[in-house]
Amino acid sequence: MTTVDTDLLPEVEQFLFREARLADEGDYDGWEALWTDDGVYWIPANGDDIDPDTQMSIVFDNRSRIALRVRQLKHDKRHSQNPRSRLRRLLANVEVLETDDDGDVVVGANFIVYESRERGTTIWGGRNEYRLRQVDGQWRMARKKVMLVDNDRPLFTLAFLI
Amino acid sequence: MSTAAGIRWDQLIEPDRVHSSLYTDPAIYEAELERIWYRTWVYVGHESEVPEPNDYVLKSIGSQPVIMTRDRQGQIHLLLNRCTHRANQVCEAQQGNSSAFRCPYHGWTFANTGALLGYPFSSGYGGRELKSELGLARVPRMASYHGFVFGSFAEDGPSLTEHLGAAAGEIDRLVRLSPEGRIELRAGWLKHKVKANWKLLLENETDGYHPQFVHASIFAVAESGIGDLYGEKSTAVTRDLGGGHTENDLRPEFRRLGEPLRWFGTSPERLPDYVARMRAAHGEAAEQILVEGSPHVMIFPNLFIAEIQIFVLQPIAVDETVQHVTAIGFAGAPDLSRRMLQQTLGSVGPAGFLLADDSEMYERNQRGVQVRRPEWLVLKRGLHRERLDENGHLVGDATDEVPMRAIWAHYRKLMEAGR
Repeated sequence: MTTVDTDLLPEVEQFLFREARLADEGDYDGWEALWTDDGVYWIPANGDDIDPDTQMSIVFDNRSRIALRVRQLKHDKRHSQNPRSRLRRLLANVEVLETDDDGDVVVGANFIVYESRERGTTIWGGRNEYRLRQVDGQWRMARKKVMLVDNDRPLFTLAFLI
Repeated sequence: MSTAAGIRWDQLIEPDRVHSSLYTDPAIYEAELERIWYRTWVYVGHESEVPEPNDYVLKSIGSQPVIMTRDRQGQIHLLLNRCTHRANQVCEAQQGNSSAFRCPYHGWTFANTGALLGYPFSSGYGGRELKSELGLARVPRMASYHGFVFGSFAEDGPSLTEHLGAAAGEIDRLVRLSPEGRIELRAGWLKHKVKANWKLLLENETDGYHPQFVHASIFAVAESGIGDLYGEKSTAVTRDLGGGHTENDLRPEFRRLGEPLRWFGTSPERLPDYVARMRAAHGEAAEQILVEGSPHVMIFPNLFIAEIQIFVLQPIAVDETVQHVTAIGFAGAPDLSRRMLQQTLGSVGPAGFLLADDSEMYERNQRGVQVRRPEWLVLKRGLHRERLDENGHLVGDATDEVPMRAIWAHYRKLMEAGR
């Protein structure tokens, strides 16, 4: 049975805002520490509900690939993020969608990311869906799905953490 | 606005250097559309993208929108997405299944063969029969090779076989890696946009000099051996296949290592079903096929087969290009294809471990070619050691610029022929 526990909203929001800030500020280790051991980071392409096992995604990282992505971002020859994009993002419409039997909380939020780099400024918009879990009394992210509004169209390089 | 009419191509393209304006001049870009994109054979799509009768998918040749259809009989057509009445778009969906396209503006309806089926209130044409004269325009010539469909806007010219020349052998080499002898492109496409001239991408695809520098970060953190294939000591070669087609031939390295599936970073033990099927299909030849692996070939001007993925270059403007990319599926090899998809989507596209850095280089390069001095880009690398191979093709060492010189020599021929 699923329930919606809206009392969770303040602490869930605080977690999401922290995740957003760490990504904006390039605190890669801090960001990676937010993940559970089985985390999945997914940015689908050509729609929001594709099958990532048979269709191309922009990102479909299991936990070890998340770690690889972070190690690459920390390397000074990750040219597409050296220099880093300057970033600030807004999260809105944060909504606790359900709590499942295992205690995982599914949360939705809309976002706008404002990116500035030498090419110019790029605005990225969409909706995130998170699966959050309490691990040793701390909220952790077991899944983050980033549904870009324009994921079916040509996109500029997206090498930062969105 | 300048025009390309008076351009002396020999003064912009020399054997060992090319002029910056080739990447920045809008008049040159317009001339390229006419003399290359709307004249030679251009890769459009793969037959496996429209597997069923009445399937269709939207594609392009340069900036021209093309509907690739498969009709009820199974025949492939390349139709231009423009109503013959008032020029509206007859097809909006990126893909689908339909025997007909109905223009939303005035309801003219066309079969997926291009034939005009009907138009509302037909008495308004005074009894004149329009059907025979106003079918959808077609790309004048179409041909395919192992399912790769090419189109040409030139009514006549070299055949596709003549155009592909030795590059056809690389496609043969690709499909041989399927136990059923065919590939499938069914995973959808990432579309990666860059603010750079299309030729910077074209040249980079078979540039064996850049990987150790541009991809240093992923090679380091993934402890990848790929960089060594493109090193000073590598026995791999760069090759001019003729017709502007070029390749990095990595087979000498893989033969030296002598391990099946090393080219894909795996081993027969991890893909037992695939290896068994390959042995059943190819017998004793399977071993060599599995050792030598997949080609890395750039088929001029827009089809790049990169071992496990396909890239298609689409020019948008003199300083903007979209690179479409998908994973190759090998028919009859679901275990291999599944891994290739996951490896591909990690590497390519806007967030890819490899392609994000290539794209950053394309855009920095585009800014670089606008700097006034020096005016030239240098293509000298390996000039002193290039040689003919046993088939008479010019080859160089792994990091040499044989491919770039081959591309520019062919480009110059096409642009001069357009005068």
